[in-house]
Amino acid sequence: MGEKVLMKGNEAIAEAAIRAGCRHYFGYPITPQTEVAAYMSKRMPKIGGTFLQAESEIAAINMVIGVAATGKRVMTSSSSPGISLKQEGISYLAGCDLPALVVNVERGGPGLGGIQPSQSDYWQATKAGGHGDYHNIVLAPASVQEMAALTIKGFELADKYSMVTMILADGTMGQMMEPVEIDDIEIKTVEKPWALTGTGMARSHNIVNSLYLKPDLLEQKNFERYEKYAQIEKSEVMYEEYMMDDADICLVAFGITARVAKNAIAEARAKGIKVGLLRPITLWPFPSQALAARASQCKAFISVEMNMGQMIDDVKLAISCSRPVYLCNRVGGMIPSPEEVLDKIISVSGGAD
Amino acid sequence: MSTLNILFAGFGGQGILFSGKFMAYEGLLADKHVSWLPSYGPEMRGGTANCSVIISDEEVGSPIVDKPDVLVVMNLPSLDKYEDAVVPGGKIFVDCSLIERKVERTDVSVYYVPATGLASEKKIPTLANMIITGKMLKELGFSLDSVDAVLGKIVSTRHQDLLSVNKDAIRAGYEL
Amino acid sequence: MAVVFDKPHALTDATMHYCPGCTHGIIHRLIAEVIDELGIEGDTIGVASVGCSVMAYDYFNVDFVQAAHGRAPAVATGVKRSDPSKVVFTYQGDGDLAAIGTAETVHSAARRENITVIFVNNAIYGMTGGQMAPTTLPGMVTQTSPYGRNVEAVGYPVKVCEMLSEIDGAAYLERVAVNNVANVRKAKAAIKKAFEYQLSGKGFSLVEIVSTCPTNWGVSPEKALSFVDTDMIPYYPLGVYKDIYAEEDAG
Repeated sequence: MGEKVLMKGNEAIAEAAIRAGCRHYFGYPITPQTEVAAYMSKRMPKIGGTFLQAESEIAAINMVIGVAATGKRVMTSSSSPGISLKQEGISYLAGCDLPALVVNVERGGPGLGGIQPSQSDYWQATKAGGHGDYHNIVLAPASVQEMAALTIKGFELADKYSMVTMILADGTMGQMMEPVEIDDIEIKTVEKPWALTGTGMARSHNIVNSLYLKPDLLEQKNFERYEKYAQIEKSEVMYEEYMMDDADICLVAFGITARVAKNAIAEARAKGIKVGLLRPITLWPFPSQALAARASQCKAFISVEMNMGQMIDDVKLAISCSRPVYLCNRVGGMIPSPEEVLDKIISVSGGAD
Repeated sequence: MSTLNILFAGFGGQGILFSGKFMAYEGLLADKHVSWLPSYGPEMRGGTANCSVIISDEEVGSPIVDKPDVLVVMNLPSLDKYEDAVVPGGKIFVDCSLIERKVERTDVSVYYVPATGLASEKKIPTLANMIITGKMLKELGFSLDSVDAVLGKIVSTRHQDLLSVNKDAIRAGYEL
Repeated sequence: MAVVFDKPHALTDATMHYCPGCTHGIIHRLIAEVIDELGIEGDTIGVASVGCSVMAYDYFNVDFVQAAHGRAPAVATGVKRSDPSKVVFTYQGDGDLAAIGTAETVHSAARRENITVIFVNNAIYGMTGGQMAPTTLPGMVTQTSPYGRNVEAVGYPVKVCEMLSEIDGAAYLERVAVNNVANVRKAKAAIKKAFEYQLSGKGFSLVEIVSTCPTNWGVSPEKALSFVDTDMIPYYPLGVYKDIYAEEDAG
């Protein structure tokens, strides 16, 4: 067991990535994720790794592609506007079936937006932010400890399925400090016979490519990728249920808003309202079945988000709109207070009777 | 105490975040659940800075302190902004070297600490934050036993010379 | 019977898709010959770009990654940083390198990235059917400059070697052509030198090859080759634009 230390969420991501065997980081400065790059710039030279501040987010994600093509663990991190710039590269990573870790410490948008925390890139992260049919595995940490744990898990999933894993955090998660314990982990390596390592004159050449000019072939590649996605939806869903056993109302929230929701639940329970929380940890694959299973028990759902209502669509789909789904939200860098969530719970509780 | 919500506020450069970190480690070394959340952005460079610290027997929910049990303020705008947010029965620590007005609330305990003045007298002008933190430790019932251990965690190894002055500053506040 | 002429080992048996008279085939062959001669086939990783040469990965017997438009130097940076013992080259056209990928080009040079860039300049976007390129000559007619490139409206061509020669990190920059046998020989020597620079860790090397596009220029292959002499080379003079080691040797 390691010692618990206080770390910022951004630093926890960086340290966990190093423990996971990542030795290549490419990035570009942007608030509120800059600590990831700062940490990497200190540590990488000391462990024989690469820290490179690229000329743009676009260059950074393409450098990630280069390392990923050679079969090594690699990552980049940014915040919302920078992640938009990376979408081209993320689409190529998907089209080339390359594993990589991409971290988005979200801030308010659209456009330059603000620098305060937000969850308004949910759609971009979960619905293919770039062009083409594809998914990323999207992990939503709700504590600094999870920032670390899900980073390690993220690399494992990326390698296992040869695709991008995105950590979808926000400015609060990135900037806050909490006790964290990162054990030295056993790095699970995956064979990558497709990797570009030079033929060594011993095998035919490997090609990493997303171009298929023949439509039937491209269709086939898409079908195969979606078979992989179906497998992931079956076996990799993660979520937390909190006080759900007797809940009449189910809050759905991820990341920082899930923590606010827990405060609100404590206050609502003190008033005798039976409310619980389902916190998706994987945003894709979304815990649809777990939500559906609660639809017969709960009379209403409340999606608590820091956006204009994005995840709420997935909640409605998950329960086939069989119960009312309400939105409790703040945007632009504002964080809903426990009182605001409580007020919504009270109104839904009264209104739904 | 099941949960202690502390809000530190002042100007950037006054060591607001450092004081917060000190208290978060006090909690961690006492085996509590803790969180530390800074304001971030342009205000780091001279504007107002604040920092939420939660020390709790239970898992910390939201890390944002909007209703502090304890408010530590080191400039007037912060007192103006947060005075009303303190819970009834809470404590407010005011750096009275920098804030001339009195706290208007009557349902809270107020401690006027001449932290900045004392710091310049003691030739440690950058450590007013630790003097007021020392006073807070005393009034919240913390002992000084863990100070060495906490400072050891947060003072970087390159600046070990700062350990003793920080300790002196905390003690000075504690003994007020 | 003695073999007097053969396909380089570093080329695959795939039939190239290039148009009749296109010089990509010559340039591919030159690169492959250099790879053979330097004995680096097993250690070379290529980065293909977007343009006519997008499928270069099918033609070389070396590991290859296909990059997004303009991003080949960034992808090559990743490959090289992952394993500096590998020989990494990009193969890019003018639209890719000097328009959408200008930033990646300039900054990989500035970083002194130890990679080799093969830059094929034929003054036109070939794959998409002949649009104006960043290197299209003033007055030149293309699909998107139907009245000839009007520099008052769309500005001037980008001279890549000249531009990069001001960048401290660039080690070796040379502009060559492949429009006659003598130029082909010089082009091969330049490509070889660029790879040798990389092998000895000297940093960023780029060989700009003034090339043709008979199809989209709308002329016969023969006329295209003479256009290189009469119009292209006067605007894009051949020669060494930077060779920091030659400068050092001379100094």
